[in-house]
Amino acid sequence: MNAPVPLSWYLILSAILFALGVAGFILRRNIITVFMSIELMLNAVNLSFVTFSYQFKQVDGHIYSFFVMVVAAAEAAVGLAIILTVFKNRSTLMIDEVNSMKY
Amino acid sequence: MQLWLIPILPLLGFLANGLFGRRIPKALINIIAVGSVALSFAWVVKTLLALAPIETKYVEHYFTWIQSGMLNIGVDFAVDRLTAIMLMVVTGVGTLIHIYAVGYMEHEGGYYRFFAYLNLFMFFMLVLVLAQNYLLLFVGWEGVGLCSYLLVGFYFTEQFATTAGNKAFIVNRIGDFGFSLAVFLIVRQFGTLDFTKVFDAAKGMPVEASAGILTAITLLLLVGATGKSAQIPLYVWLPDAMAGPTPVSALIHAATMVTAGVYMTVRSATLFMKAPITMDTVAVIGLATAFFAATIGLTQMDIKKVFAYSTVSQLGYMFLGVGVGAFSAGIFHVMTHAFFKALLFLGAGAVIHGLHGEQDLRQMGGLRKQMPIAAITLFCASLAISGFPFTSGFFSKDAILVAAYARAPWMYWVGVLTAGMTAFYVFRAWFMAFTGEYRGHAHPHESPLVMTGPLMILALLSLGGGFINVPHILEPMFSEAAENQALAWLSAGVGILGILLAVLFYVVKPGLADSFAKGFGGIYTLVYNKYFVDEIYDAAVVEPLVEGSRTVLWRGIDAGLIDGTVNGVGRRSRGIGSILRLIQSGNIRSYAAWVVLGSIVLLIAIGFAGVLR
Repeated sequence: MNAPVPLSWYLILSAILFALGVAGFILRRNIITVFMSIELMLNAVNLSFVTFSYQFKQVDGHIYSFFVMVVAAAEAAVGLAIILTVFKNRSTLMIDEVNSMKY
Repeated sequence: MQLWLIPILPLLGFLANGLFGRRIPKALINIIAVGSVALSFAWVVKTLLALAPIETKYVEHYFTWIQSGMLNIGVDFAVDRLTAIMLMVVTGVGTLIHIYAVGYMEHEGGYYRFFAYLNLFMFFMLVLVLAQNYLLLFVGWEGVGLCSYLLVGFYFTEQFATTAGNKAFIVNRIGDFGFSLAVFLIVRQFGTLDFTKVFDAAKGMPVEASAGILTAITLLLLVGATGKSAQIPLYVWLPDAMAGPTPVSALIHAATMVTAGVYMTVRSATLFMKAPITMDTVAVIGLATAFFAATIGLTQMDIKKVFAYSTVSQLGYMFLGVGVGAFSAGIFHVMTHAFFKALLFLGAGAVIHGLHGEQDLRQMGGLRKQMPIAAITLFCASLAISGFPFTSGFFSKDAILVAAYARAPWMYWVGVLTAGMTAFYVFRAWFMAFTGEYRGHAHPHESPLVMTGPLMILALLSLGGGFINVPHILEPMFSEAAENQALAWLSAGVGILGILLAVLFYVVKPGLADSFAKGFGGIYTLVYNKYFVDEIYDAAVVEPLVEGSRTVLWRGIDAGLIDGTVNGVGRRSRGIGSILRLIQSGNIRSYAAWVVLGSIVLLIAIGFAGVLR
C-alpha cells in the first residue's frame, strides 16, 4: 500500500478553501456568491474537523462537523429567504446597495 | 380609666367630618364636631371626678411605640393636677368655641373642612397635654402646629392668608428645631424620654451655677417654647395668624395652642429649676415680650391685631411668671387668659360678624346699642385683662407680678407699667368700637344665641375664674408663690389708671389721641409699624436666604453643579457615540473585512502569547 496522505495536505487544502471563501466573501458583490463563500468557509472548517478526528481517532470532530452541517442547512434556508426578500423589495442582488442599516 | 377616649373622640369627629363632610348636611356636621368635643369634655370631667383628689400622677400605658437598644418609648397618657387644669381649659373652652363657630361660620365656604380641622386640632392638643414623655408631647406639639397652619390659611384663595399660614409654619420650624435638639440631648443624658424617669434623674443633679447640660437642654426647650408661644424673637407669626377665622384665633392663637410653650416649660420645671441661667433668660424674654407687644398694641387699628399683640404680651407675662419660679402662677394665668382672651376674640368675632367682615376700629363706634350682649361681655373681658380687682386677671396677673418682685423689683415695675398699657389699649379698643357715633357703613346687628351664649359663659368665667385658686391646687407640685397684698393692689391701681386714661382719650376728649399721636410723630410711626421687626427680619433673614438660595443653591449648585454634571455626562456620551457610530457603515463587506482583520489580530496575539509562554 502506498503511504497515507500526510495530515498537512488536508490542512493546507482546508486553509486554501477557507482563504478562498474569505476572499469571495469580501471581494464579490453578488449576494448569492457571498452566500456560497460562507458555505465554502464552513466546509473548509468541516474538513479540518474531520482531519483531526481521523488523526486522533476520536469521534468528536465528526460530531462537530455534523453540527456545522445542520447549522449550515438552517442558515441556507434562512439566508436564501432573506435574499429572496431583499430581491423582492429592492430588485437588486448587489451587496453594496443594501446599506440602509447604518448610522 | 380610659384616658385615650379623651383625644380619640375629637379624632373620630375629624375622620367623620373630614371623610364624609361633603356629603352630609350641616346639622349633622355640627352635631359631630361639637358633640365629639363636648363628649370629650364630659369624659374629662368624669375622669377627674373619679381620680380626685389627684395626689400622685396617674399613668396609663397603652403600647410600646419605639424600642431601640436601651431606648424604650411608650404611648403613655398621664394625669396629674397640672394636666387636669389644662384638660379642663382645653376641652371646656374648646367646646364653647366650637359652639360659637357653628354660628360664626354659618355663611362661610368649606364648612365641613373647618370643623374637621378644628376637631383634629383638639385631638393633637389633648395628646400634647396628656403625653407622658417628650416624644409624644412632640407629636401633639407638631400636630397643633399643622392644624394652626391649615386653619390660618383657611381662606386659601386669599394671598395674605396663605402667606400668613406659611409664616406661622416656617417660624415654628425654627422653634421646633430647638425642641428636637433638646429631646436628643435628653435621650443622650438620661437615656429615656419618660417624664417621671427624666425628672427623677434630674432631681439628683446639682443646680448648675455655670452653663451645663441641663442649661443646654432647657435653653433649647425655650427655643421651642418661644416659637410655639410667640415670644421674642419668634413672635412675628402670631399677629399675622389673625388671617384665620376668628374662632381659630380664639381657640388656637389665644386660649390653647400658644400656651403649649408655657405648659411644656412648667411640665419641665424640674429641669428649669436646675438651670438658673435659663430661668433668668425665660424671665427677661417674657418681660421684654410683654412690654414691647403691649406698646405695639397701643397703636393698632385692626381690632384683631390689638388682641393679637395683647396675646403676645400676656404670654410674655406667663413666661415672666415661669422665669421667676412662679410656675403655678404661670399656669393660673394660662387658665384665666384662656377665659378672657377667648372671650375678647369671640366678642371681636361677633362684632366682625355683625359688621359683615369689617375689622377696622375706625369703621366702628357706638355699637353698644346694636350689640348690647357683645358690648357687655367684651367689657367684662376687658376688665379681666386689665386686672380690675376681683376679676380673674387680677388674681393671676398679680400672682405673677408679686413673684417677679420677689425675684427682682425692676421686673415688677416694668410688669406694672405693661399692665397699665394693657388696660389702656384694651379699653381703647372697647371705646372705639362701642361708644361714640357709628363711623362705618354696614348695618350692624346682634349675633344669634349660638354665638352670644358662649360669650356669656366666658364672661362669667372671666369675672369669676380667679376664685379657682390654681396656685393652691398645684401646691403639691410647685411651691406656692409669695403673697403681697400691697403690691397686688398697686398693680391693680395702675390698671385702673390705664382704664381712666382710655376714658379720657376716647370718651371725654376724643381728639386727644390724634394730637398725642402727632406730638410723638416719629415714635408713633415706629410703634404703629411694629418697630419694623417684620421688615428687619425680611432684610436680615428672609431676603439673604431667598437670594442665597436663588443664586448659590439654585443657579450655582443645582443648575450649575448637579445639572452640569448630569448633562455633561450625557453630552460626553453622545460625543463618544457620534465617533463610534461611524463604524456602522451599513456596508456588509466592510463589516466582513473588520471580522477578518479582527481574526488575524487575534491569531497573531495568540501566536505571540504561545511564543511568550
